[in-house]
Amino acid sequence: MSRAFTPKVVTANDLLLGDAIWLTDEDEWTRDLARAELIEDEAHAQLRLLHAQGQPDIAVGPYLADAKAGAKGAEPVHFREAFRTRGPSNYAHGKQEEV
Amino acid sequence: MYKYNDFDEAFVRERVEQFRGQVERRIDGSLTEDEFKPLRLMNGLYLQLHAYMLRIAIPYGTLSGRQMRQLGMIADRWDRGYGHFTTRQNIQFNWPRLRDVPEILSALADVEMHAIQTSGNTIRNVTADHFAGASADEIADPRPYAELLRQWSTDHPEFQFLPRKFKIAVTGAAHDRAVIRAHDIGLQIVERDGATGFRVLVGGGLGRTPMIGKVIREFLPAEDLLPYTEAIVSVWNLLGRRDNKFKARIKITVHETGIDEIARMVEDRFAEIRPQFGGVDQQVLGEIQAQFAPPGFAAKPLDAYETAYAEDPVFRAWIDTNVAPHRRDDHAIVSISLKKHGATPGDATSAQMATMADLAERHAYDELRISHEQNVILPHVARADLPAVHAALKEAGLATANIGLVSDIIACPGMDYCALATARSIPVAQQIATRFEELKLERDIGPLKIKISGCINACGHHHVGHIGILGLDRAGVENYQITLGGDGTEDAVIGTRTGPGFAYDEIVPAIERIVDAYLSAREDPSETFLETYRRIGMEPFKAALYPEKARAHAA
Ligand code: HEM
Ligand code: SF4
Repeated sequence: MSRAFTPKVVTANDLLLGDAIWLTDEDEWTRDLARAELIEDEAHAQLRLLHAQGQPDIAVGPYLADAKAGAKGAEPVHFREAFRTRGPSNYAHGKQEEV
Repeated sequence: MYKYNDFDEAFVRERVEQFRGQVERRIDGSLTEDEFKPLRLMNGLYLQLHAYMLRIAIPYGTLSGRQMRQLGMIADRWDRGYGHFTTRQNIQFNWPRLRDVPEILSALADVEMHAIQTSGNTIRNVTADHFAGASADEIADPRPYAELLRQWSTDHPEFQFLPRKFKIAVTGAAHDRAVIRAHDIGLQIVERDGATGFRVLVGGGLGRTPMIGKVIREFLPAEDLLPYTEAIVSVWNLLGRRDNKFKARIKITVHETGIDEIARMVEDRFAEIRPQFGGVDQQVLGEIQAQFAPPGFAAKPLDAYETAYAEDPVFRAWIDTNVAPHRRDDHAIVSISLKKHGATPGDATSAQMATMADLAERHAYDELRISHEQNVILPHVARADLPAVHAALKEAGLATANIGLVSDIIACPGMDYCALATARSIPVAQQIATRFEELKLERDIGPLKIKISGCINACGHHHVGHIGILGLDRAGVENYQITLGGDGTEDAVIGTRTGPGFAYDEIVPAIERIVDAYLSAREDPSETFLETYRRIGMEPFKAALYPEKARAHAA
């Protein structure tokens, strides 16, 4: 019995900076999760992951992360992915400073 | 302090250049990530949640002012102006860029430092009592032995691909400040009939299956240290469970095989390899020991110190908590707290590193230590200089008088940095420290060790915290499990779980209830939290933590 597919985004770490990046539907990598392509179809998700895996000069360790549609675009489902959009919470540094 | 010889120097430089080439080849695409990853890990470079992380070894926690200043320089130039000191006497930089890492390693090599074997299934940084060479209760300085072990283990051809990582800790005192019982090998210097030797423990460790080390040899003559250690590692290298990562540590091997059988195998192996150690190691040890000669202690009058102690309550409070007895009465050991209330445990800014470097050079015979409790130690300070040291620390925001108290918390990086984390640990530590500061209860509570980890790997030593906190992921939300009664000293015990965990916004109130329960149960203010727990047991704390259950039970 396979579980129903839930929406995903393709995410990874940037090779040079190491920070979190997401794949958009225009084949670009963004640092803003809201701009990521929210993938509703499992077969398509696998194709997009393969596409990401084919770019080792940009994306390290790509994987599919759960996400959902929000007002401005894709939003995280799990708190781990939420932290990845913001950076550490102990100091106001990194992305939080910008947001 | 140990100075690199020509071999050390050439070896470290060569590794830096080798890695420079590897980084270049990764960036230009000639190395894949799968090929590059083991190479970067061999140089202490991880890829974490938000960035790369570089882990740098501080062998047995000992640093000179120059080395500390260089770490500050690196933080400023290539990171975000701070560094994070860990429970394994390492420093971690959380934001290096891949391209810059070879330069960072080169800047480290300039001050005889490196990141070799800070990762991977090898023998890791050998840690030691942070009061080594200074404390009154010490039989001998453990650091020359730690340095001998470091030289022997670095790039040891047989031990680069062990079943799992391997950690060794050494202490020269009976009072264990190095948590030797939670290490793969724990070494305690002892004396027998005038001869120096080691009490050897094996199979301790935290993580998923926490265990306290067992004695494998009550007395090992000092000159047998390397062959005997080699015998232990090589027996485990053979028996270790390579089929299952979670069972690969030596603690599992010892548990499954039995300490008596392991001891028998180690003794056999030892007899086999002992002849290969023909005395060169003892010659090397002699040279190392000469480099660890105590500094030329200066005798200075104590009047100014005594006046300040009598008249300045802030200074007095700091002395009473942060300053420990030295083997010389006119000197003292200063612990610099990196646990200012609300700050990230273990973090120091580049400016603070520079201040500590200055203080070491000016007032501490150019020596610093990193403690496994994520603080920095000035091991030898003339008591006469303590007012000046305190004033400088105050100015740098480093004079928090809380060593050993409720806000002196160990916290691993947790979900704020670590890719393996299942919950945050740092903000929990920040909130607990801030809360007890607000309550003004810290001094009244007295000695109490809280230790927090963001996942079962237990980097924050939560199992041996008087109060341990373990962050977990329960159905997509942070949840915190509490253990009580853990102890990392010579009486080491693994803490006991209280019961169900607490949500992120419930954990600080839960800790407060535990502390309240202690305050009302203690016989008098001199009874510490741990003593009270040992006297009254878990039940009163459970009742305070889970009042609904207690009521249901009574009904
Ligand atoms: C952020 C990067 C880190 C990663 C990825 C990491 C990873 C791990 C892992 C996987 C284990 C379990 C290994 C095993 O049982 O075989 C472990 C244990 C441990 N780590 Fe970390 N760790 C990190 C940071 C730290 C820090 C910052 C400290 C000190 C504050 C630390 C100190 C320890 C200690 C003391 C243990 C348990 C002792 C033992 O191995 O028995 N680690 N770590
Ligand atoms: S305990 Fe877990 S979360 Fe904390 S540093 Fe270790 S691996 Fe990371």
